Amino acid sequence: MSDIETWRALLSDRNADEVVTKALVRDVELPGGAGTMALITLDNGFDHTKPNTFGPHGLFALNGALSEIAARTDLVAVGVTGKPFIFGVGADLKGAAQVTSREEALAIGALGHHVFRRLGELGIPSFAFVNGAAMGGGLEIALHCTYRTISSGVPAVALPECFLGLVPGWGGTQLLPRLVGPANAIKLIIENPLSQNRMVKGAQAYELGVADALFEPADFLEESLRWAARVLQGAEQVSRPDHTAGDWDKTVADARFLVDLKLHGASPAPYRALDLIALARTASRDEGFAAEDEALADLLMSDELRAGLYAFDLVQRRAKRPAGAPDKALARKVTKVGVVGAGLMASQMALLFARRLEVPVVLTDLDQARLDKGVGYVHAEVDKLLAKGRISGDQANRLKALVTGSLTKDAFADADFVIEAVFEDLAVKKQVFAEVEAVVSAECVLATNTSSLSLTEMGADLKHPERLVGFHFFNPVAVMPLLEIIRGAATDDATLATAFAVGKSLKKSSVLVKDAPAFVVNRLLTRFMGEVITAVDEGTPLETAEHALDGLGLPMTPFALLQLVGPAVGMHVAGTLHEAFPDRFGVSANLAKLVASGKPGVYGADFSLDPEAVAFFAGGDRPSTAEQVRERVLGALSEEIRLMLEEGVVAAPQDIDLCMILGAGWPFHLGGITPYLDRSGHSRSRFLPPGVASLPA
Amino acid sequence: MPSSRDVVFVDGVRTPFGRSGPKGLYAETRADDLVVRVIRELIRRNPGLPPERVDEVAIAATTQIGDQGLTIGRSAAVLAGLPKSVPGYAIDRMCAGAMTAVTTVAGGIAFGAYDVAIAGGVEHMGRHPMGEGVDPNPRFLSEKLVDPSALVMGMTAENLHDRYPSITKDRADAYAVLSQEKVAKAYADGKIQPDLVPTAIRTAEKGWGLAVQDEAPRPGTTAEALAGLKTPFRPHGNVTAGNSSGINDGATGCVVAAADVAAELGLSAKMRLVSYAFAGVDPEVMGVGPIPSTERALRLAGLDISDIGLFEINEAFAVQVLAFLEHFGIADDDPRVNPYGGAIAFGHPLASSGVRLMTQLARQFGERPDVRYGITTMCVGMGMGGTVIWENLA
Repeated sequence: MSDIETWRALLSDRNADEVVTKALVRDVELPGGAGTMALITLDNGFDHTKPNTFGPHGLFALNGALSEIAARTDLVAVGVTGKPFIFGVGADLKGAAQVTSREEALAIGALGHHVFRRLGELGIPSFAFVNGAAMGGGLEIALHCTYRTISSGVPAVALPECFLGLVPGWGGTQLLPRLVGPANAIKLIIENPLSQNRMVKGAQAYELGVADALFEPADFLEESLRWAARVLQGAEQVSRPDHTAGDWDKTVADARFLVDLKLHGASPAPYRALDLIALARTASRDEGFAAEDEALADLLMSDELRAGLYAFDLVQRRAKRPAGAPDKALARKVTKVGVVGAGLMASQMALLFARRLEVPVVLTDLDQARLDKGVGYVHAEVDKLLAKGRISGDQANRLKALVTGSLTKDAFADADFVIEAVFEDLAVKKQVFAEVEAVVSAECVLATNTSSLSLTEMGADLKHPERLVGFHFFNPVAVMPLLEIIRGAATDDATLATAFAVGKSLKKSSVLVKDAPAFVVNRLLTRFMGEVITAVDEGTPLETAEHALDGLGLPMTPFALLQLVGPAVGMHVAGTLHEAFPDRFGVSANLAKLVASGKPGVYGADFSLDPEAVAFFAGGDRPSTAEQVRERVLGALSEEIRLMLEEGVVAAPQDIDLCMILGAGWPFHLGGITPYLDRSGHSRSRFLPPGVASLPA
Repeated sequence: MPSSRDVVFVDGVRTPFGRSGPKGLYAETRADDLVVRVIRELIRRNPGLPPERVDEVAIAATTQIGDQGLTIGRSAAVLAGLPKSVPGYAIDRMCAGAMTAVTTVAGGIAFGAYDVAIAGGVEHMGRHPMGEGVDPNPRFLSEKLVDPSALVMGMTAENLHDRYPSITKDRADAYAVLSQEKVAKAYADGKIQPDLVPTAIRTAEKGWGLAVQDEAPRPGTTAEALAGLKTPFRPHGNVTAGNSSGINDGATGCVVAAADVAAELGLSAKMRLVSYAFAGVDPEVMGVGPIPSTERALRLAGLDISDIGLFEINEAFAVQVLAFLEHFGIADDDPRVNPYGGAIAFGHPLASSGVRLMTQLARQFGERPDVRYGITTMCVGMGMGGTVIWENLA
């Protein structure tokens, strides 16, 4: 049996639902009498909302097309392009998640190589015409070609594999560094994926050297074919600088240092990618591709990747269809928004509402100076957007006109949605809502941005408590994608549906949370912080506790997080949770000293530890080792999540993970957190069945 | 503002013409995309013309709905990436749409309203079959304003055979065979290709391809083969698919400029507009339209038919060309007439054809500096003819 038959036998039945990307072949007479090109169109038969992906059958289809082309003698070149708006977005992830053996995993890598490399080994030049989004395996197809053109209209070029827990192992790690040099390759293969999976546009990809020519979308294919004809006739020269002579190894070493700072070894994928890039300087194609096969097989059979695929599915699917949200049709129209308060949080919210909903937003405060400052903040932010070219002058004028201030709440009379962002105190908030309710219609939604107070208590004295809902943003409001939407005991479906609709318009991912102390993200972060601080209070050196969890690759260490949140706010939330759950949430006297000192945290301006601040935490006599701190924290998180699920704070562990990914930036390789607690054994009884976010049993 | 300036034809291009229908080149290609392709190629081929110096984009289409609607001159200009400051409009005179786009912007240039304009036309007869959405006023028939045959072009061609009994079906077929032969020779001699814009085409079934030549010509057509074709418009009639133009998709465009501005920008002016005229005739014999329009244009120019060295006449039907030739005493196979062949072979995407005639005349002028004057002329539905007389600048 040939290799291809072996792979067919092994992989054919793997994903019965594979949406097969076909390789349609059509002859094209090149301009200027340059000869005939066989032009392959990659097309899965759907529109751009279902992009081209590659599973085994797609690869077999491309292989078949290339075999027919290879058998011909009348061709001067082969071309590859995509369907409208899409070139190709990579491997079929559903299929990848179903791989059960290393043998299959190896076969996926080897089959991809076998097919794609033919584009570079046909004996005639090959051209990729990247007309639309090109990611992962899609971009690798282009990299295997002799030449590439790209459209300036391409919205996304990326090798997102490391973001998920893979490497671009169908040639990407070997071909790209040789083409664009190690620094640019590392940017696309490692830096961008580890920066919230950043993507580049067509023109940037061209500037990085990924493509040889850039054409406008209006006649991209025609001009690409004309360019190809000129290349074939020698009228156009393409230079291929040799990057192997430069400081390749140093570039890789520098990148490894930065990856370490970020991940501390928590996710294997970026390290494997760096190994492969290092190898690419001298490895032959056979050696390099074989090494990619091994890396892919190892990673495909790793729990980190399975957690990554699970996390990807959460943010791609579950975040768009929030569990437990009521029928969308119940949502009421929001044509005007009121914001109580004019502090920083309120101003950030006002800007977001104005930008996304494009309706009038009124800020109220008791103090004209504060009001002016709040409105002034919004106007200044609008000017910044204008200066960056993100909005036009007309749009800037519109946004500024939408946001106004008022000293009285009368201005809320015709508002449909009023949100408060006043001091975190139950009595103050109740007073505010009583005043608002005196002015607004009976249907106007009242929303609170409280991060810890009980919604049910807050609505107790309202005439219409059914219209009160929690709407918990994360700081900075414009950036953080999560919105915790809290249903109080009285909240009705129409109010909740309106809250979800507003959340969607704000381009946030909303998760439905029960009215429980500190909801999801703050409760878990506070428990996490509380355990770390207690360990320090007990005498563990601060630095030991601070770095005890580095191996997880969290975005921030505990005390850095405390500094970001602000010690006073952190202590306030801890106090709320202590009242609710005194057994599990402590209030640190040492933390109170830090708050009283007015210091911003334990770090000084230069990010080194401030000895005076650290001294507040001295005095304990029962130090723990880093390992003990780590066990304590992970055990506590497992316990807290278990309790939250039992209390029904959210519908499922998936919602906990979604909240931690989107609200706290916890990484994909942990799957949020529950997949990690399952695989490390801290959960004791599993949160998720084997195979959901881990290798199948 | 100058009251009159010389107007010149700078450059013309077109997409290859396709056969309409589900198997045609452009079966799944939008009409506006064909226009975009033409505009971009004109800009690319004339680097001396800064896009912001285009003062108008006039694009003709007969059926101005869907992808031929939305004021296609303006929408195609935006889609083609011309500066937003460049205006555009849509124009319609059925088959003479592109010709009218040229004469209209030429009038504007002569008046001083524009310096440079892009004029052209498009018809995707596959996406927009002839008569799509029309709603003729019942008074046409109740008051006998027109003959019932007037709206069916094939019937008007049959009517023309009645008016010119000397034009037999054999003569029409012989003319059609000659047109096919001339197109085949022009292609073989590379006369057509330089002004074609290779155009990307895609179907869901076959993927992307590239249209590089006209789909309609049938080289090797014989009189014997034509003799056997059906006469769909009249039992035992004269008009067949073989001696008529087909149902086609395509777009054309050209750059028209004031002579002094063309010189300033270094654009190569190929023809000077001498005169133009449109004329009306009985709609049921619309094919005779070019006769009075040509007489009028000659009179305006102070020229005689004998001064004309090259004729580009649209071949909607062989009979209509033969009527014109017979009227002016020109032989059926006169070499001055359609030297590269005509619409019987190339095809006739209604509103686009006028600029094809001009583009071909300009290329022939380039080869024949000895010829001073040429005309482009065509018949138009609802009983009209249009003629433009050009002077060779080569």
